Amino acid sequence: MNSSISKYFSEMFKAIASLWAGMRITGKYFVSPGEIVTQQYPENRATLKMEERFKGEIIMPHDENNLHACTGCGICEMNCPNGSIEIITNRVPNAEGKPERVIDKHIYHLSMCTFCGLCVKTCPSDALAFGQEFEHAVFDRSHLTKVLNQPGSLLRKEAKK
Amino acid sequence: MSEEIIKDVIIGENEEYIINMGPQHPSTHGVLRFEVCLQGETVKYLIPHIGYIHRGIEKMCEAITYPQIIHLTDRMDYLSAHINNEAVCLCVENALQIEVPERVKYIRTILAELNRIASHQLWWSAFGMDLGALTTFFYGLRDREKILDIFEESFGSRLLHSFIMPGGLMHDVHPNFQKRIKEFIAYFRKKLPEYDQLLTGNIIFQNRSKGIGLMSRETAIAYGVTGPSGRGSGWSCDIRKIAPYSAYDKVQFNEMLETEGDTFARYKVRMREMWESMNILEQLVDNIPEGDYTAKMKPIIKLPVGEYFQRVETARGELAVYIVSDGNKTPYRIKFRTPNFSNLFVMNKITSGYKIADLVAVSGSLDLVIPDIDR
Amino acid sequence: MSSNLYDFSTLTSSIHEWLSGFMSAGWVVFTELVLIGLLFLLFFALLGLFLVYLERKVCAIMQNRVGPNRVGKWGLLQTIADLIKLLIKELIPIRKSDKFLFNLAPFIVIIASLMAMAALPFAKGLQAIDFNIGVFYIMAVSSLGVVGILLAGWASNSKYSIIGAMRSGAQIVSYELSVGLSLMAIVIFSGSMQLSTIIESQANGWWIFKGHIPAFIAFVVFLVASTAEINRGPFDLAEAESELTAGFHTEYSGIKFAFFFLAEYINMFIVAALAATIFLGGWMPFHIGSWEGFNHIMDFVPPIVWFFLKTFFIIYIIMWFKWTFPRLRIDQLLTLEWKYLLPISLVNIVFIAFLVLMGWHF
Repeated sequence: MNSSISKYFSEMFKAIASLWAGMRITGKYFVSPGEIVTQQYPENRATLKMEERFKGEIIMPHDENNLHACTGCGICEMNCPNGSIEIITNRVPNAEGKPERVIDKHIYHLSMCTFCGLCVKTCPSDALAFGQEFEHAVFDRSHLTKVLNQPGSLLRKEAKK
Repeated sequence: MSEEIIKDVIIGENEEYIINMGPQHPSTHGVLRFEVCLQGETVKYLIPHIGYIHRGIEKMCEAITYPQIIHLTDRMDYLSAHINNEAVCLCVENALQIEVPERVKYIRTILAELNRIASHQLWWSAFGMDLGALTTFFYGLRDREKILDIFEESFGSRLLHSFIMPGGLMHDVHPNFQKRIKEFIAYFRKKLPEYDQLLTGNIIFQNRSKGIGLMSRETAIAYGVTGPSGRGSGWSCDIRKIAPYSAYDKVQFNEMLETEGDTFARYKVRMREMWESMNILEQLVDNIPEGDYTAKMKPIIKLPVGEYFQRVETARGELAVYIVSDGNKTPYRIKFRTPNFSNLFVMNKITSGYKIADLVAVSGSLDLVIPDIDR
Repeated sequence: MSSNLYDFSTLTSSIHEWLSGFMSAGWVVFTELVLIGLLFLLFFALLGLFLVYLERKVCAIMQNRVGPNRVGKWGLLQTIADLIKLLIKELIPIRKSDKFLFNLAPFIVIIASLMAMAALPFAKGLQAIDFNIGVFYIMAVSSLGVVGILLAGWASNSKYSIIGAMRSGAQIVSYELSVGLSLMAIVIFSGSMQLSTIIESQANGWWIFKGHIPAFIAFVVFLVASTAEINRGPFDLAEAESELTAGFHTEYSGIKFAFFFLAEYINMFIVAALAATIFLGGWMPFHIGSWEGFNHIMDFVPPIVWFFLKTFFIIYIIMWFKWTFPRLRIDQLLTLEWKYLLPISLVNIVFIAFLVLMGWHF
């Protein structure tokens, strides 16, 4: 009898102590607003810096002379698991008069891309890279289909060696 | 009108009061449906209905090459994406008899353990929320963010990082990798005791979880309940111990076992696994050997004709990959034995007779990831 | 006495005299009723919105978040924007629901909490009606709300709703006892059920201080039991969003949902105000024994400020409960009441009666 009464009360006080331990944690965070981790996203757009390896989208880097490194070999198209890359090539005669393959359009379907990185990894001439743009919301799905090579851009010759 | 309502709502003793929990329900963590038969508040039986997020990953894998399969395995158990990737890579490497560099093994193990901690953090958050302690969700995600930042720095993506490929890694880890892991361990060692104070010690939580959803060792083995859920029933089923892969044979760690088999035991296993994962990380992070980040691989991977099998320990249990190859660059058949599929179907056995609130607690303690069930 | 400085009864009686100057007595009563009703409705709406905002802000800071911060300065207008959204949302009709009861339920809930507010003394003389059974009235009226919850669950023709409503019924029936007994403790101390008398009796010290340990126990029991009675915090079984999606108001949308939502917060305010009135001296300023200078400074803070300070302190504690603890299960909820709170408050009340009988209190 006596032990059961003491058990009743000791259990109750232990329970209250355990509840108080939890309340101390939330209370501690309540009085330390410095711990707030929320990013103020649209406001911090100017300072928001993505990691350099961030996989935002596939881009084809062009240099200042509007030259890129894509030879149009089609390895990225072949390696893409989702068919999000389409390459349209032309045959254009080069300086020696022989027909040479150049890309007409390197089409990238962002809507189908799963960012596995195989195209960037397998590209033999390092023509593709990941861009850091992540605000991809658009009003029309057709805006997600992009042509990666800029109009009038040419193949960088020294990249061929 | 009111007669219909009476017929609908008032039920006799022997009639069944069936409610559908899901496909959209806060406690099923995804598109899973439980057909729950109740008597008052007590669960009589429960039928899980799956397939709401079936994408046919196994079938899709038959049409794509081995490196391409990796990014689909991310989408099964997205919370231990890296470990899923590793399973396929290990299987392909075994088939080709490739020895990957030591550096790759170490980095893979570190990533797997980081992923395990991140997964358990999310589980802890969601489990607390299932039981009504809403604040746990934010504390867990706050700390998980630190791991995701490490991932983002090295692989460029936070959740589904197809970072490893057959033969090694996509590219080398970021120079800050080791430093940031050490920072994280120091940070999380301070935060993890708070988890205990907030939830583990809480009397309401203990009453809600102790003695609920009892699963005996025999039941766990019979249903193939692996991972922390199986170890909570005293079944030693840690693949990292039984069949060490990557660098697990080089580290000292304990398999976490609890014998009670209730919800609280499964909870304790996961909490202790977070500590143990940090121990593993500490052993590995300073000893990453220098070297290549990938073995020499042919550009097109073709497995020799035959059957290949590999199992790994994900955050939720045993993931097994079974590949049948006919010598082509695509598998003839690939089969994933996913942990959640087996873990789910023990629900009926261990929840019948408990209250509907306990059903939520038990399903939280099994830590189900629905896309992993449906594949 | 400087506490007469902020006596609202001079204001109210002057309004009464001004109205009596050009109206018959009956019209004066009618006009006053309308005036008070309008004032309370306005106060009710603003308070509900502010409490929703407060809760979101408090829980956000506890969870290392910022909380609402888009609409207005610090997000102060967020709840008003939410209200506008709820007002223009569609009221989804439920097939096979009992239309009349379904539409009636939100009003019952909100009327019950509005009625309870009438007896709350906000400051000296600022009380709509000063019953001689004020405590009893508030208890009786505030538990009317459960009728609305039961009706909502019943009429929704939803299985989740009826489970939530049944839970709520069981919960209120049990916890009403503890609430009553813990209030009774102070009623014994002060010897009156009239709220103004209870407050006057605390002029020389709040009951939580001069009532020794029994008053403190009664205070804790009241806090726990009343949190349960308003379906909040760890006792929100009637809603139990992770089990029953939204419990009794699963099928409600638009402004009818807003009524339930507002009523929950107003009930929280009523409970907190009652706790502040009964245990923490209502609008009485904080005095320490014989520190005349200190007491004098405290007297200059208007009573209405004291009242709201104490009330919001209790509200904060109730919010703190909610955002820390996991939810109880229905059987544990009843165990807590019948095995712990009820016996403790029964013993407590006997002990208090003994104390008062022997005259062992201040």
